[in-house]
Amino acid sequence: MASYLLRRLGVSLLILLGASFLVYMLVSVSGDPLAEYRTSNKPNKEQLMAARIALLHLNVPAPARYFVWLSGAVKCVVPGKCDLGKTISGQPVTAALGSAIPSTLQLVTAAILLAIVIGVAIGIVTALRQYSGFDYTVTFFTFLFFSLPSFWVAVLLKEFGAIKFNDFLGDPKVSTTAILVIALLSGIVWALIIGGTWRRRGLTFVIAAAAAAAVVVYLEASKWFQYPGLGAPLVIVFGVAIAVGVTVLLAGLQHRKALYSSLITVALGVVAMYALRPVLDHASFWLLVLLGLAAVAAGLLVGWLMGGYDRSQSMKAAALTSFLVAGLVLLDRFMKSWPQYVSVANGRPIGTIGASIPNLDGDFWITGLDKFSHLVLPTTALLLISLASYTRYSRASMLEVMGQDYVRTARAKGLSERVVVTRHAFRNALIPLATVVAFDIGQLLGGAVITENVFSIKGMGQLFIQGLQRQDPNPVMGTFIVVAISAVVFNLIADLAYSALDPRVRVTA
Amino acid sequence: MSSERLTDTLDSREVPEDVKGLSQSALVRKRFFGHTGAIVSLIVLAFVITLAISSVGVGFHGWWKYDWKGVTPLLNGGHPTLKLFPPSLGDHPFGQDAIGRDYFAMTMRGAQISLMVTVMVGLISGLVGVIVGSLSGFFRGWVESVLMRFTDVVIIIPILLLGAVVAFNSTANVFVLGGLLGLTAWTGMARLVRGDFLTLREREFVDAARLAGASNRRIIFKHILPNAIGVITVNTTLLMSSAILLETALSYLGMGVRPPDTSLGRLISENQAAFQTRPWLFWWPGLFIVIICLCINFIGDGLRDAFDPRQKKLVLKRVKEPDFDPLLEATQASALPGLPLSEIVAAPAAAGGQTTTIEFDEGGR
Repeated sequence: MASYLLRRLGVSLLILLGASFLVYMLVSVSGDPLAEYRTSNKPNKEQLMAARIALLHLNVPAPARYFVWLSGAVKCVVPGKCDLGKTISGQPVTAALGSAIPSTLQLVTAAILLAIVIGVAIGIVTALRQYSGFDYTVTFFTFLFFSLPSFWVAVLLKEFGAIKFNDFLGDPKVSTTAILVIALLSGIVWALIIGGTWRRRGLTFVIAAAAAAAVVVYLEASKWFQYPGLGAPLVIVFGVAIAVGVTVLLAGLQHRKALYSSLITVALGVVAMYALRPVLDHASFWLLVLLGLAAVAAGLLVGWLMGGYDRSQSMKAAALTSFLVAGLVLLDRFMKSWPQYVSVANGRPIGTIGASIPNLDGDFWITGLDKFSHLVLPTTALLLISLASYTRYSRASMLEVMGQDYVRTARAKGLSERVVVTRHAFRNALIPLATVVAFDIGQLLGGAVITENVFSIKGMGQLFIQGLQRQDPNPVMGTFIVVAISAVVFNLIADLAYSALDPRVRVTA
Repeated sequence: MSSERLTDTLDSREVPEDVKGLSQSALVRKRFFGHTGAIVSLIVLAFVITLAISSVGVGFHGWWKYDWKGVTPLLNGGHPTLKLFPPSLGDHPFGQDAIGRDYFAMTMRGAQISLMVTVMVGLISGLVGVIVGSLSGFFRGWVESVLMRFTDVVIIIPILLLGAVVAFNSTANVFVLGGLLGLTAWTGMARLVRGDFLTLREREFVDAARLAGASNRRIIFKHILPNAIGVITVNTTLLMSSAILLETALSYLGMGVRPPDTSLGRLISENQAAFQTRPWLFWWPGLFIVIICLCINFIGDGLRDAFDPRQKKLVLKRVKEPDFDPLLEATQASALPGLPLSEIVAAPAAAGGQTTTIEFDEGGR
């Protein structure tokens, strides 16, 4: 194992050296850092040129200049000594990277987490309902999302998700046509998801359409769009739904103790929603983390106190329910701050430029909303595009697992379909996904060049592309080397994770 | 009762009508033409290609009256004149841009360029990937080490950088762009083909061929490559669909196709600021990108189903026939309560060739 690791790392180092040399050469022929001075007619043109030549070592030919750059880059092994050169404006590249990496992570992490969770869920459901109407619909949409150019999606989202939606929020009136369209869409979607006989589909369609129309009309009438909020009734409704859903997945509804302990945590959550109100007004990030942990602990405790046969299942179900209900309470509190945020943002809450309103002054909830409203659109754009591949991948993986012998064995020994799917099939279907996820995380730091470009987020992708556009070699090299290292490291992790999860695969040195 | 038994029984019932006396290629063709989505996509794609080439012409004058460079006086603010009811093209079916160029002609020219880059990338990277993958998979040893390390190096070179190189050196035209993209996009193909070769070279028929005195060249071209053709074809189509998105993205960032020529990505990039005033300048090229890419993806899906013999969609219908074997029904009822037979039978169709192969650095030695 150790020798395998050492060999892999040694080879990776050589690959990094080779690739960085090649990239350095390509960068040197992709632009001329002196171009802006060559055509200018400033009096001190010669002086400026000399200064830039000295700054970027342009008097050294490119292959030799690579080693100048490398001697600086090698120092990065020692913390604080890092020298990746300077940008043409004289800023050290390490400083630029230091501000770009967090904003890229902020943007991409949420997108990839959501894409994995939603994509896997959809993939599993389509695999369980293979060749159904739902399966075909989802397949079509995943292909459609595959085929969407990212900049096109981003520009469309900017237009409809931000500009038009802000107009709508300024004067929230839902037209009759819009209500009809929403009702129709909801009816079609639910009818496809639930499926069954034509009679049942028709019934689903009518109910879903009516429900959607009623909700929209109610929201408009109660001025929900101006003053959103969940309030205790909705928290209870959603909470009970969560409790039942979680119990169905984790323990099965016939496990009454698990169901009751989940329901008790919902009640506790609603109580906490009122009890914690003064505390939440002065919230900070770490306080919320603490409260989240407390929610999980409370869930575990309730499950443990319920006791009975197979106590751990009650504990798991109650803890997860409790955590999700805490999320609902949080959502409710964020919504309470929404009207205030709208007035701070001058009536145009959904941002399209940058990652926050500059010089925003507000409490935790306002800054949180600010972040959310700026990241929601770029995250959606990224989500739509990466969702497709996760859906396809988990569907294929699940289908393969469902055909395995051990799934048949599990059914044959009389396990319920829930246990077969969640315990035997689902867990094993996730193994190949682990590799894909690790690869994707390796690519994360590269940022989403186009999305960052459209929404003017100053992340890694933006740094890279601006370096190329301004013919500024060092930031390009800096971003490249960070991305390359993370890709190489996560490739290694992907291989190791696979062999750890699937004992049939051995790492051989 | 095993699901294999079920499918076996069904298979033997299928033989007379479905499989009998067909060669492998005829089978694949038959399955492909049975895939509605793929066929519709093929027709739509053929229509788009014909439209793009014939309307504004390549080197000759097409049937469309306007040229993609010529400026014409603005009519009605450049609004599109295309009408569906009653169907009529009007003077400028896709409208005109801000200075009065006919947007239909421009979109068609853009589609031509984008399609050409796509085809070039597909051909070049397909070829390079197959060569690298088959050489390293067949010969193994130092050939494999060198080629796969080289692949690893190429994988981490950012494609945007190549775009910038093309953009900076103004002598470079669209052919250079297509070529460069093709020379970097082959890595996935090489890995897949190598994986296929690694398993195929250990099979008995290869040993048999070698014992019969076949040369390496003959074994590669006559014995192994035909068996890997499914992976290669499917992957080439997927490469092409990602190539068109790549080209449009590069052009959007101003690094792909350079003016005076145009491409679908360039058209969007040039006109995104005008979304409020002239939205059609934004919609049409985007629509064509989506149509082309979607068609290629569906064709790839159809090819995958056609090449993968594990796909048995038709079983579902046969099971419901009235003269169904009572023995099977009985076993289904007893062994697998509450589960419709279609699910059991459909399950082995599984991943459609997307089985995961994990590759370790040393080729799984």
